[in-house]
Amino acid sequence: MPRSLIPPEFLVVRDEERCLQCKACVRQCGFGVHREEPGRGLWADEARCVNCQRCVGMCPAGALQITANTGIGRENAYWTAGRLREIWRQAESGGTILTSMGCDRNYPVYFDHLLLNASQVTNPSIDPLREPMEIRTFLGRKPEKLDLAGPPGEERLTGSLPPMVRLEMPVMFAPMSFGSLSRNAVLALAQAAKKLGILFNTGEGGMLSALAPYGEHMIVQVASGRFGVDRAYLEAGRIIEIKIGQGAKPGIGGHLPGEKVNEEIARTRGIPAGADAISPAPHHDIYSIEDLRQLIDTLKEATDYQKPVAVKIAAVHNVAAIASGIVRAGADIIVLDGLRGGTGAAPKLIRDHIGLPIELAVAVVDRRLREEGLREQVSLVAGGGIRSTADLLKIICLGADAVYLGTAALLALGCHLCQKCYTGRCSWGIATQDPELVRRLDPEWGAARLVNLLTAWQHELKEFMGAMGINALESLRGNRLQLRGVGLPQNELDQLGVKQAGEAM
Amino acid sequence: MKIIACQGLPYRELNREVRRLVAAGEDRLWLRGVNGQRYIAAGLTGRVQLRIEGTAGNNLGAMMDGPAVYVDGNVQDGAGNTMSGGEIVVRGSAGDIAGYAMRGGRIFIQGDAGWRVGIHMKSREEQAVLVIGGKAGDFLGEYMAGGTIVVLGLYQTLPREAEAANPLAGNYLASGMHGGVIYLRGRIPAWQIRGQVQTSLTIPEESPRLQTWIEQFADRMGLDCSALRRETFTCLTPQGARPYAHLYDHSA
Repeated sequence: MPRSLIPPEFLVVRDEERCLQCKACVRQCGFGVHREEPGRGLWADEARCVNCQRCVGMCPAGALQITANTGIGRENAYWTAGRLREIWRQAESGGTILTSMGCDRNYPVYFDHLLLNASQVTNPSIDPLREPMEIRTFLGRKPEKLDLAGPPGEERLTGSLPPMVRLEMPVMFAPMSFGSLSRNAVLALAQAAKKLGILFNTGEGGMLSALAPYGEHMIVQVASGRFGVDRAYLEAGRIIEIKIGQGAKPGIGGHLPGEKVNEEIARTRGIPAGADAISPAPHHDIYSIEDLRQLIDTLKEATDYQKPVAVKIAAVHNVAAIASGIVRAGADIIVLDGLRGGTGAAPKLIRDHIGLPIELAVAVVDRRLREEGLREQVSLVAGGGIRSTADLLKIICLGADAVYLGTAALLALGCHLCQKCYTGRCSWGIATQDPELVRRLDPEWGAARLVNLLTAWQHELKEFMGAMGINALESLRGNRLQLRGVGLPQNELDQLGVKQAGEAM
Repeated sequence: MKIIACQGLPYRELNREVRRLVAAGEDRLWLRGVNGQRYIAAGLTGRVQLRIEGTAGNNLGAMMDGPAVYVDGNVQDGAGNTMSGGEIVVRGSAGDIAGYAMRGGRIFIQGDAGWRVGIHMKSREEQAVLVIGGKAGDFLGEYMAGGTIVVLGLYQTLPREAEAANPLAGNYLASGMHGGVIYLRGRIPAWQIRGQVQTSLTIPEESPRLQTWIEQFADRMGLDCSALRRETFTCLTPQGARPYAHLYDHSA
């Protein structure tokens, strides 16, 4: 019988004339594709290739190319090559197919059907090179009114404000744990967040001790597995985030595969080394909104009401009602993670077939909270597939206060989107714990690239706002008049709360 | 010792007062007339001793690290939830999810405990320990990743032959367990043993750690548990560190 029916997904093409026989490819491949054997010379075990592009990028002679293997056989429009491969794989392994990063299927992308407005003549656009543009934002519960006292002109705030956290731009790095990411990747995110005056998020894996100096820029996450949740952890961050769900795997728990649980990660998480780090699907102390309220209250009591508490959910069909309940449960920040949100490991079908596009989720939640008079009690953070400043602007116009960047941040660190984080073999040193691979990513280099990316985004954000004639982010939040839809049916426009392109103000 | 009259006191005021007194250096507090106030000692640190009279509400001592809490009464759900260190002694019964994800410290419950107790317990340098004098409900020690749970069944009055039908813990005992250890007095019925755990028999006399926890329990409760020294206990440990790895195709 044949060993495996699965043809390689990619082909390695080596230009023998260019190849210097330097064996950089053998050293660089995290997946063991390139090999050298006596009598055979350099050859490629293509069945292992994931097209991560590391060998191509590191080949000094430019001798390598990876191409898709189109010769799988009798695939057709219905039985695609991917579907055939998955059935063959499951027939061999008996296991659920895992994947990583966000949903890559061809569902409608509402971002690409929305256009932004600009000012012409009747109201002037603003030159961001000359005029100040306010792109700061504050996360946390806003007071219903301000109490002022003092003589006219010298009024001062009396009483205390709820805790709020300042962001220099409406962007944060999404929760990605030490465990799913390498130490160096986590450090790069932390350093960049500090330089940019924004926040990063520990994810659910507890806090790497080296992150202590970055506490002012850190969100600490409390998930169902409660990894690393202790007093010092809760005290260390600016915001405490309860993770209920994740856009890539709504409704199911998390497994950090044992392959990635080395001694340091085991210690950080309080589990045996080599064990799968299991996060149960629900928090077993939260079976209702009332229970959620108790965990929120517990965290606030435990930190003396000094920190905003965020609740992160995956965007699902009933998201607006759930979000309303979360505000009523006392959350200061709601995080919505959309269909395209990434992951270090998730069952592929769950990733690809559950959830709601973030554009719709933000639009319906923002509308519902406004209708119920709750919107100012909470900040709304959107995650899941923000690719550019254009996406960022559009999601703010639909109602978000700020966004989480996950995939885009990893791309800045060198990720090539091979979607194999769950194997722990990341050739770029990002989603791996293998010391040889981890040291490929220099945290300073990574942080500088993240700062570059978001510095560019800051300027773009200001240019967009200037073009619209708006000089403060506050005026943009939920400002659907700045959006028009193209190529969308009326019911989708209605859900988004956006007019058809061509309709005037 | 400072006394706080808790009857009718809202939980936020009560807990603020506890924090204020502890910050002021008070090392012994006596909470009288507690009547379901939640989150007492949540996140509290230091060596303070709290004596609680009455019924403590949900999440007593959640995330706390250090204090010794003694409850003359019952506790509701979530006692010692995600606790890091210190000790909770309950001179009554505990509700659901006691000791959920606790990673250090000790909880001693004189009576019974509810459902989902000790789920996802972890361990750091100091072992997390949860001792239940009576029985526990379903899901005891589910997803357990570290620490020790002991169930003593002190109040079983059934004849031996009826014990199998009335085990000390409920359904889904230790399902998904991948670390730590559970000791249950007596033998447990075969249907309760799931694929993910292995069992062995021991007696406290030959199992010094078990004996230590029983002695500490007896000491806190003022009970004589010496008769347990030669009693048979079933010891549950995980079969492997990866109970669910086979469900997934990990190939690249």
